[in-house]
Amino acid sequence: MNIIAFLSSAIRFSAVFLFGSTGETITEKSGHLNLGTPGIMCMGAIGGCVGANIYVSNANTIHAVPAILLPLLFALLFAGLTGLLYCFLTVSLRSNQNVTGLMITTFGVGLAKFIKADLGESVDAAIGAVCTHFRNLFPFADNLGWFGEIFFSYGILVYLAIAVAVATAIILKKTRVGLHLRAVGENPATADAAGINVTAYRYTATVVGSAVSGLGGLFFIFDYMGAWDSGLTSTEALGWLAVALVIFTVWKPDLGILGSILFSALYLLPNFVEVSFAMRDLFNMLPYIVTIVVLVLTSMRKKRESQPPANLGLNYFREER
Amino acid sequence: MHKIERPMRDPLFHISKRDDMSWKKRFLLRGGVILFSFLFTGILSWILIGVDPFTFIGKLFEGTFGTSRRIWLLLRNLAILLCIALALAPAFKMRFWNIGAEGQVLMGGLATAICMYYLGDKLPEPVVWLFMVVAGILAGALWAVIPAICKAYWNTNETLFTLMMNYVAIQLVSFFTNVWVKDGSGVLKNATHLNGIKLPELGNPYLLTLLVAVLLTVGMFIYLKYSKHGYELSVVGESENTARYIGINVKKVIIRTMALSGAICGITGVLLVGAINGSVTTATVGGQGFTGIIVSWLGKFNPGFMVLTSFLVIFLDRGTGQLNLTNNAFPAIVTGIVIFFIIGCEFFISYRLKFRKKKKQEGEVLQTEDAPAAEQTEEAKERNLLQKIGDGAKNCVLTAARGVKKGALFIGNQTAKAFRKGKDLFKKKPKEKAEETQTEKEEEDV
Amino acid sequence: MSDTDKAEKISPPCLSFLTNQNGGKTVENNVALELRNVCKYFGEVIANKNVDLTVRKGEILAILGENGSGKTTLMNMISGIYFPDEGEIIIDGEPVVIRSPKDAFRYKIGMIHQHFKLVDVFSAGENIVLGNSEDGKFRMKEVNARVMEIAEKYGFHVDVKKKIYEMSVSEKQTVEIIKVLYRGADILILDEPTAVLTPQETERLFAVLRRMRDDGKSIIIITHKLHEVLSLSDRVSVLRKGEYIATVETANTTESELTEMMVGKKISLNIDRSEPKDVQERLVVSALNCNTREGVKVLDNVSFTARAGEILGIAGIAGSGQRELLEAIAGLQHLESGEIIYHDPKTGEAVNLRDKTPLQIRELGVRLSFVPEDRLGMGLVGNMDIVDNMMLRSYRKGKSAFLDRKNPQDLADRIIEELEVVTPGSHTPVRRLSGGNVQKVLVGREISLAPTVLMAAYPVRGLDINSSYTIYNLLNSQKENGVAVIFVGEDLDVLLELCDRILVIGGGKITGIVDARTITKEEVGLLMTKTSSMNEEKEAEDHA
Repeated sequence: MNIIAFLSSAIRFSAVFLFGSTGETITEKSGHLNLGTPGIMCMGAIGGCVGANIYVSNANTIHAVPAILLPLLFALLFAGLTGLLYCFLTVSLRSNQNVTGLMITTFGVGLAKFIKADLGESVDAAIGAVCTHFRNLFPFADNLGWFGEIFFSYGILVYLAIAVAVATAIILKKTRVGLHLRAVGENPATADAAGINVTAYRYTATVVGSAVSGLGGLFFIFDYMGAWDSGLTSTEALGWLAVALVIFTVWKPDLGILGSILFSALYLLPNFVEVSFAMRDLFNMLPYIVTIVVLVLTSMRKKRESQPPANLGLNYFREER
Repeated sequence: MHKIERPMRDPLFHISKRDDMSWKKRFLLRGGVILFSFLFTGILSWILIGVDPFTFIGKLFEGTFGTSRRIWLLLRNLAILLCIALALAPAFKMRFWNIGAEGQVLMGGLATAICMYYLGDKLPEPVVWLFMVVAGILAGALWAVIPAICKAYWNTNETLFTLMMNYVAIQLVSFFTNVWVKDGSGVLKNATHLNGIKLPELGNPYLLTLLVAVLLTVGMFIYLKYSKHGYELSVVGESENTARYIGINVKKVIIRTMALSGAICGITGVLLVGAINGSVTTATVGGQGFTGIIVSWLGKFNPGFMVLTSFLVIFLDRGTGQLNLTNNAFPAIVTGIVIFFIIGCEFFISYRLKFRKKKKQEGEVLQTEDAPAAEQTEEAKERNLLQKIGDGAKNCVLTAARGVKKGALFIGNQTAKAFRKGKDLFKKKPKEKAEETQTEKEEEDV
Repeated sequence: MSDTDKAEKISPPCLSFLTNQNGGKTVENNVALELRNVCKYFGEVIANKNVDLTVRKGEILAILGENGSGKTTLMNMISGIYFPDEGEIIIDGEPVVIRSPKDAFRYKIGMIHQHFKLVDVFSAGENIVLGNSEDGKFRMKEVNARVMEIAEKYGFHVDVKKKIYEMSVSEKQTVEIIKVLYRGADILILDEPTAVLTPQETERLFAVLRRMRDDGKSIIIITHKLHEVLSLSDRVSVLRKGEYIATVETANTTESELTEMMVGKKISLNIDRSEPKDVQERLVVSALNCNTREGVKVLDNVSFTARAGEILGIAGIAGSGQRELLEAIAGLQHLESGEIIYHDPKTGEAVNLRDKTPLQIRELGVRLSFVPEDRLGMGLVGNMDIVDNMMLRSYRKGKSAFLDRKNPQDLADRIIEELEVVTPGSHTPVRRLSGGNVQKVLVGREISLAPTVLMAAYPVRGLDINSSYTIYNLLNSQKENGVAVIFVGEDLDVLLELCDRILVIGGGKITGIVDARTITKEEVGLLMTKTSSMNEEKEAEDHA
């Protein structure tokens, strides 16, 4: 087994989980358990496809910057809009978060498939055309041996994922916005009484969080696969792993960087060691098992700081009496 | 003192809680919203796949009721979804968010398949059936009881726990499939691998499932409404403090209820594997464990309503499935939109929107009347509003119908044509572009 | 002390303001906040009706009213939690709309709620700065420094880095007050701030409030303790059943006048109290010790005897351990040590109830009825109808797996008729009934069990006079039937007229068990604050 290659693949692939879990963490910190994340990641992926399609079909030559920017923007837009739909139903219409979230997943996967089928096969060519620009941000990496492979061999989205996670961690910990957001998720009545606009925070956090999650789908299709995930089964499954990762990292995006690498290592390990298909399944089970263990252990320890946001999954209505 | 910025307007509307909407009004509102959502999806189908709303709705009915086989299929799918929704009802009523039905059903199915695989050639078939059912029930219950124990003793978040259990179950199924299937195809076949075991048919291949569903519906209705267990779990769901106060062992009730919930999921798994598919794959449940949650919630955890809500979901699924589209994702979109509408409409049942009106008049009215009278005018206003909405809807439909006959049809066709043309352009271009870039790249490589 | 110096330093703006006041026209400017005709309804319940109120700058206004008179709702409308259905709020002479707490802050209104609005996992500093969206960089260090500055100025003790969930009640209140001061509020609203404080803490709080008044701030304090009103406030506004009654200058009023305004007319309670007959020991509680989950002692070596045919009253400041005591007897609290011995009237056997679950207690044949403080959260299920609520106690009867709804139905009908419960029918969810009717349903059910011990926590809280008397009569008739009644109350007059003996509890300790027929109200009041003050003295000695 090639340790360097394994590590570098794991770090690269971790971006899927990291985007997904950072986005979901932002959302959950506001008190919203968005179980629509897998669907939103699929929407992000198809958003990227639409962006790529528009660019490739209109441009004569493919330049790196717009080839990345357009899919990126469309991925953010599609995922953000899906998050907005979730928000409208749960925040404004106060519907049950679990039910709405699950519905968003089914709907998002369906809609993504529909758009893909509607665009036809041209998309596959478009993905092929732009995906090279998503990979290998630093061409000099090859000259640096193992050091280059581990630190500089990735596409722009991997670095973006880490940057977003670090930024989110800082915002949550150090800034006023982060303080307010955490208060909204812990105790919206208190936040409300303190003059924080709970609705605005919940909307913003969920839409931004969804948009970030959507990038996970974009990365998976444009960087990792370089092709469409027919059936979207992998994207959806990865989305659930991202939700698991949030729990695994006890709602800390900076821990999420390490956690996502661990998850991705577990996910990819079967590709690097000679194992049967059956063993591979057991490996794939590990991320869920460790998440369950973390969940149970934190609940047993009852440490206040590592519990889910106290108001997770509950809608807020000021005049509840 | 420094100047204070003041908001100039009164709030546009004000939301307050209500629980007094009459049964009739609720029924009308929900029915109206469902009809409207059908129309909406119909219009959407017109734009997206070129099937006009009336054909679309016609197709829905044709797809579900067109032939006797379709009706049987409708009933069978309905039965399976209903079983899952029924399994979830007691858990949800206890406010235990069991979103692990997918895994619990799958585990039931897996246990069934294990019995078929290992016992099928050693024991007489009826004995194997017995083992299948018992094992399926136990496996489903086990998968539900694990999170329940953690919830009961350490208050572990059950939503996240049961969610994770789904994927452990899926991987387990995948594992067994890969162990059993040696030829590398990854397809587990009933005849070759599972010794050809199938649960008995009662006259036709659908009847067994239906029968189980009917029994479960009636049983669950009685259990929730008339049994002591059902009463206890509602008390726990409403208030754990009250439950403790009257001496209910909350932990025991949580575990017991989840065991029941999981057991029914297990039975569903037995039916899916033992009677319907004859085999197990990771897609055996196909997301119905999640759909069941939605069905159960929309049906207010009442078995009677759940029959209706699961019918609606299956109707949409089967109906749109029969549209014979090349694009097989349309049913998911239609179902999604209809359910979003229903979810959204619940808001208007449990909350009241009060729009700010001209201040003085309202003030006078409310001052001169005492509270109950005010309540009445409120209701009268609502009736008016409903009537207005009704009239508005009628007008809309009429106009829309007229529009369909005249201008809209023309414009629609034109836009659809233009849309498709544009799309064709999109479709062709990228290919060429891709080829171009490909050649460019090759050149570079050279 | 230096406090006074500071007060003087702060006073100049307020002094200039006071001189302005004499200048004729400025009287108008003197009004900080005015409410005109404010109304608020919750469904059919009228919480506030046509309330007019004026608060001047540099005064302490007390809002006086019984429980349920709409004080808190009214203040919630000023602070933006609720939105008034009708009426106007006027600040500095201009009508304003307060849609949210944020709006309230913009008008420099700050409220300290009775139930603290703090985020448990945040530190004191984080809670104080929460929602404060002033410009400039956000640095917890600077925030903490400013908090310390304010704390020092008014003489508070606060640890800015301590998490709220590690704090005591009075520490939490300190954080709440600093939070409002930090924002520079001009109008401060305090909702029953002294309910949870010791007399010393109360005095310290009052000193701070007076200093803030001298600083030109307007302070509204909600209370139903008359002596506090008289010692602290400049003016008093009285509410009764959601309606505004009047405002008077504190200096020109008396306790009895205020009481009369508060309760409507002077009512002598005239509860018929019979002499206890055939008194015998029923429940002997000895040396109970109980800790909260955080390890704070809530019951400290509590011992007493409840006798059959007698009403034992329990008096004390809210939160002195009354709830824990009753719950311990009912089998709902884990005890560190102690014994609860029940003497069975039939067999004469003695049973220890300690560490038994409610179910085990019943299975032992102990007929213990308990009317808990939290009616809809513990005693009843709000979303269930009256019949199903009757079943809570009786559904286990019989071996059948199914419920018997016939007997509960009969019981429900009987209670509705006998206790005159106002309800559309026996299938109405109890959550829709008014407070008094909810209580009748609960007490009715508990008495229907033919108890030998009946415990009732604040059974008349929020009830109108008539319903209250219904409850008193029920308790009395139970006593005459030979039941050992334990009554936790807050109104001392009621305790003195209803009970045979009164147990006074302070800070989890019994400070006295006295004869209700001979003791005076003042003596009971003294006993209520005894332990805490003794502790304070002890601490002071330790420091010295």
